[in-house]
Amino acid sequence: MTNLEKYNDSFISSLQVTESQLDGLKYQSVEGWDSVGHMGLIATLEDSFDIMLDTDDIIDFSSYARGKEILKKYDVIF
Amino acid sequence: MMSSFNLLDGKVALITGCNRGIGKEIARTFVLNGAIVYANARRVGSLNILIEELPIHLRPSIIPTYFDVNDTNLVRQVFVQIHKEQQHLDCLVNNAGIMKDALIGMVTKKLMLELFETNVFAVMDLMQYAVKLMSKQKSGSIINISSIAGTNGHAKQIAYSATKGAVVSITKTAAKELAEKNIRVNAIAPGIIETELLSEINSHTMENLKLNIGMGRLGTTNDVANLALFLASDLSEYITGQTIGVDGAVLM
Repeated sequence: MTNLEKYNDSFISSLQVTESQLDGLKYQSVEGWDSVGHMGLIATLEDSFDIMLDTDDIIDFSSYARGKEILKKYDVIF
Repeated sequence: MMSSFNLLDGKVALITGCNRGIGKEIARTFVLNGAIVYANARRVGSLNILIEELPIHLRPSIIPTYFDVNDTNLVRQVFVQIHKEQQHLDCLVNNAGIMKDALIGMVTKKLMLELFETNVFAVMDLMQYAVKLMSKQKSGSIINISSIAGTNGHAKQIAYSATKGAVVSITKTAAKELAEKNIRVNAIAPGIIETELLSEINSHTMENLKLNIGMGRLGTTNDVANLALFLASDLSEYITGQTIGVDGAVLM
């Protein structure tokens, strides 16, 4: 499984969204991506990529696109 | 009396401020009860005494981790280390703290910030990372060391008391938020404990101190460590959100 597939799967399983919704998806733009959903998404991503995100990065993780930028800091390349 | 019942067999704990006093005794008690302890202190080498005082076969159970609890990046790194080496964390003891006395009217914002950074902000920082590991395993015990100054107040310690009162609030709130993940959060509020800090007090003052303690003696670090042992063990699996005093019925 590629990193992009793992990244997408994390969103789909954590936020109950479809793959077609991912581009342009932003925090609190869908019902599942509230603060509780956000922490669930972060936990899933940390498990998937075996990383531990800083609190500042968790706060800054405001969209599907921004998340990719942040994960690059943890050597996750797309 | 040292408790050694292997209550923590197979458990992994991170304890801050282990170079002396209460933290050192909690680390020793945990190891004697079967835990693997990531023991924290700031100054490299300051944990040597703790390790050397243990029976030789238990010394590998202490893993020294030297970092300043105020350095978020170093805090994160130690949790990454624990995750890689142990894959789980059963207990966090937030013991590291600083105490500075100042009368009302002489408390500067600098002093307040210094106390809050170590006694409160660092506690929350460590808890956030501990919860990441504990959430995955759906279990864990977080023990925050507060103080009787935080629960009852103490003259000349308005800033310090505020930080320790904040620790009680953090404990209650975190317990509510984390209960569904089976993570317990409790606080210990020691009274007057016989540590190196008290060694500078003259004998007259010491006798006066004892007059205010119902049991007529100072508390020992072991008294505190035994409660920490209970709270870290499965014996306390339904206890959360509590602040428990270890004070011999002291009047403050």
